[in-house]
Amino acid sequence: MNMELSDGYPESMRESIALVERTRPDRLGCTFPAMSLDERKILLTHFHPDYKADTKRPLLFGPSKGMPLNHELADLFEARPLIRSNLNLNHVDSDLDLLVIGGGGAGTVAAIWAIKEGLDPNRVMIATKLRHGDSNSTMAQGGIQAADRPQDSPVHHYLDVMGGGHFTNRPELVRALVEDAPLIIQWHERMGVMYDKDTQGHFVENPGGGTSRNRMHSARDYTGLEIMRVLRDEARNLGVPVVEFSPAIELLCDEQGRVAGAVLINLETKRYHIVRAKTTIITTGGLGRLHMQQYPTTNHYGATADGLVLAYRVGAELVDLDAVQYHPTGAAFPAQMAGLLITEKVRGLGAQPVNCVGEQFVFPLEPRDVEASAFIRECSERGMGIDTTHGISGVWLDSPMVDLIHGPGTIRSALPAMFRMYTRFGIDMTRDPILVYPTLHYQNGGIATDENGATRVPGLYAAGEVMGGVHGKNRLMGNSLLDFNVFGRRAGIAAANYAKATYVPARLSLAHVDAYETMLRDANIETTRTAPRILPDYRGKEALERYLDIPL
Amino acid sequence: MTEQAALISMQLMGKDYRVPSGLTIMAAIEYAGYKLVRGAGCRGGFCGACPTLYRRDDSHRIFTALACQTLVEDGMCLVQMPFVPLMTKPYELQDITPRPNTLLQHFPEIAGCVACNTCTRACPQGLQVMDYIQAALRGDTKRTAMLSFDCISCGICSSRCPADIKHYAVGLLARRIYGKFVTPAAPDLSARVAELEAGDYQGVLDELVGMSAAELRVRYEQRSFEAVADGGETHSATKRYNSPVDPVDFQDEIEIEK
Repeated sequence: MNMELSDGYPESMRESIALVERTRPDRLGCTFPAMSLDERKILLTHFHPDYKADTKRPLLFGPSKGMPLNHELADLFEARPLIRSNLNLNHVDSDLDLLVIGGGGAGTVAAIWAIKEGLDPNRVMIATKLRHGDSNSTMAQGGIQAADRPQDSPVHHYLDVMGGGHFTNRPELVRALVEDAPLIIQWHERMGVMYDKDTQGHFVENPGGGTSRNRMHSARDYTGLEIMRVLRDEARNLGVPVVEFSPAIELLCDEQGRVAGAVLINLETKRYHIVRAKTTIITTGGLGRLHMQQYPTTNHYGATADGLVLAYRVGAELVDLDAVQYHPTGAAFPAQMAGLLITEKVRGLGAQPVNCVGEQFVFPLEPRDVEASAFIRECSERGMGIDTTHGISGVWLDSPMVDLIHGPGTIRSALPAMFRMYTRFGIDMTRDPILVYPTLHYQNGGIATDENGATRVPGLYAAGEVMGGVHGKNRLMGNSLLDFNVFGRRAGIAAANYAKATYVPARLSLAHVDAYETMLRDANIETTRTAPRILPDYRGKEALERYLDIPL
Repeated sequence: MTEQAALISMQLMGKDYRVPSGLTIMAAIEYAGYKLVRGAGCRGGFCGACPTLYRRDDSHRIFTALACQTLVEDGMCLVQMPFVPLMTKPYELQDITPRPNTLLQHFPEIAGCVACNTCTRACPQGLQVMDYIQAALRGDTKRTAMLSFDCISCGICSSRCPADIKHYAVGLLARRIYGKFVTPAAPDLSARVAELEAGDYQGVLDELVGMSAAELRVRYEQRSFEAVADGGETHSATKRYNSPVDPVDFQDEIEIEK
C-alpha cells in the first residue's frame, strides 16, 4: 500500500484516466445505443453471474423443492435450526396483536399502517436485529419511482417493470406497485419527506436504468436515509415499541399450524424472549452478506436472509430466488471502498461507463443485470478493464460529465454522499472518473405472497426485500424504496384486519422445527451448519487461529 | 490484496495491536479478532452505527470518526462509542403550526448553545452543525433543514455538546416542517392521485395484467422514450434544485428586512 498516489490514483491508472479525458469532449451528447431484448438475453446468458455454471444447486425439500439456489443460499436452507422443539414456551414475554420482524423500511411502514388501521400501538412490536433503521433502506441512494408527471403514467411504469424483470414478474404485484406509487409519494410529502423540488413544488425527476420516463424522485443521494429517518420518527411519535439487537431465530405456530409469534434472542445476553402474536409480518430484508460467488456487497451488516429460512420452516413458498441482483456500479477502487454502492443516479445524471481506452461500450442506463453483464464482459472476455493494485479490475464511470452537462456544483448538491465518500479516500470525483465493478446488491426474489403480503401460511405476512415476485428476475432502480412502502403498507393493513378478526393463539408450538429436521434427514442432508446466520463473520484469520471457545 | 501491507501499531479499547495499514478502523477491529454486534451497521457511511473516538500521539485533541469510513493511522488510540440516548416528546406533525419559535419550543435546550462549535468539529459528515442550531434558534427552518440534510444521526455532536442539545433531532423536525409546510405540494402529483382514486387507470391496467408475456414483449419494444418524445432533452433540469449547490455555504447571509 505504499505506492505513490497522485490525487488518489496510482500512475498506472492515471495513464488510462488521460485517455478518458481525451475522449470526453466527443462523448458529450453522444450516447452508446441501447440493446434490443434479444441482444440483452445473449449478453446475460454469457456473462451474468446467475448463469455461471456450478454456482447453484436445487433445493432438495419443502414447498419450493427444485428451485436452483446459489450454494451460499442453499447452505442456509440445508442447515439445522438454532433451537429444538422442546424449548420451554410456557412463559410468554410479550403478548401482541402484531409482531413485525425487521426494523428497516418495510417493517416500519407496516407497523405505522397497522396502527392507522386501528391496532393499539402497545399491542404492536418491531423486533430488529440491530438498531431501528439499520437496513438496506437507509443505504438506498438514488431514488424512488412513481409515475406522477403528465407525460408518464402507471402504464409506462408497468411496462418498464415487466421488461426489466424479463416478463417473469407476478402481474398482480406489479400492478399494486405502480398503482400505489403516487399515493405513497403523497403520503411521504405529507409527512414532510424532503424530496428534491423546484420552487413551484415540481419534483426533480431523473431517468433510471430501464425506465422510459423520468420518474426517479430523489432527496439528494440520501433518498433512503431521508425516507427512513422520517418513517422512524413517525413510528416513534406513534409510540410503537421497538426491541433492538433482538433478531427472531424461529417462528412459533399454534396447534393448527398458523403462525403465532416468534422466539427472539437478545444478541448480548443470549436470553430468549417468547412473543405470542395474532399475526406476524416478516420484513427482514435481503441476503447480500452471504456474499454469493464471493462478490462484495452494498448491503448492511445484518443482510443474511434470516427471514427466508424462518418462513420456509413454517411452510411458506419461495419465488425467483435463483435471481440475485449485482449492481453494475460498485466501487472498485480504492480497496477500502470495494463493493460500496455508487448510486445509479450518477448515470441518471449523464455519467457514461467507459473502458480503459476511454471508449463507451454500453448504453449507460440498461436494466441492472444487463449493464452489470456488459461491465463483466468488458473486464473479462474483451480485456478492456482497468486493473487495480488490489487484484480486481473495473471500468471507469466518467463522473466529471455530470457537472459538464448540468453545470458546476451539481455533483456536490445532487450527489453529496458520493462526493463525501470519495473525498474521504482521497479522490475528487468532480475532476476524475471513478472505477466501478458489479457488486452484490439485491435479492430479486423471496417469499411468495399475494398483493397484500399474505403468504400461504395463515397469520404470516411478508413485505420488502424478503418478499418476492414483484421484480421477477431483475429489479429496476427506484423500485425497492417503492416496494417496501407499497407492500409494507399493504401488509400492515391486511395484518391488522387479520388480527382484529382472529383469536389469541391457544398453544404455542415448535413442531415445525422437528418436521424440518425430518425433511433434512429424509433428503440425506447431514450437517452441523445452523441457520439463521444473523451476522457474517469478518474476524481476522490470525486472530481466529488462536480463538478458544470457552465459557466466560 | 496483492501487495503485503506494512503493519502499524495502534490501541483498540486500551490494548495494543499491530494491524495492516490501509484498513478502515472497522476492518482493523475485526482483524484484531472482535466480532462486532454494536458498532457496525451499514458499513458504508449511511447509518451512523460506528462512531469512534480517538486520540493521536501527535496531538492533544480528541478526534471523532465513523469506523467504516476512516483509515487507521499509526499511533491511533481509539474506542467505539455507545449510542447517545435520545428522548423526545412525541408530536403529530400535522398538528404543528410552524412559527419562528416552533423549534425552540420543541427543543428549549438549543437556547443554551454557547456557540463553542464543538459539534461542528466533531461531525464526521463535515456538517455545519452549530450553524444549523443557531439558525434553529433564530427560527430559520429552511437553513436548519438545508444544513442538517446530510445528517446520519450518529449522535457524536450530542455526545460532545456542553449544552446537551439533541442536534440530530432538531434537524429532523426542521426538515419535516420544511418538507411539509414550506415546500409547495407537487401539483402534478395531486392530479395523478385524483385520477387514480377516480379509477381512471383500472381499465388499462386490467388489460395489461391479462396480457401474455409475448403480447407484453411487443408492447414493451414499442414503448416510446421520454428523451425522444421531448426532442432529445434527456435529463430534467436540475438548475432550480431544492438542495443547495454548496451545502456548506448555503444562504450564509442573514436577510435584514428594510
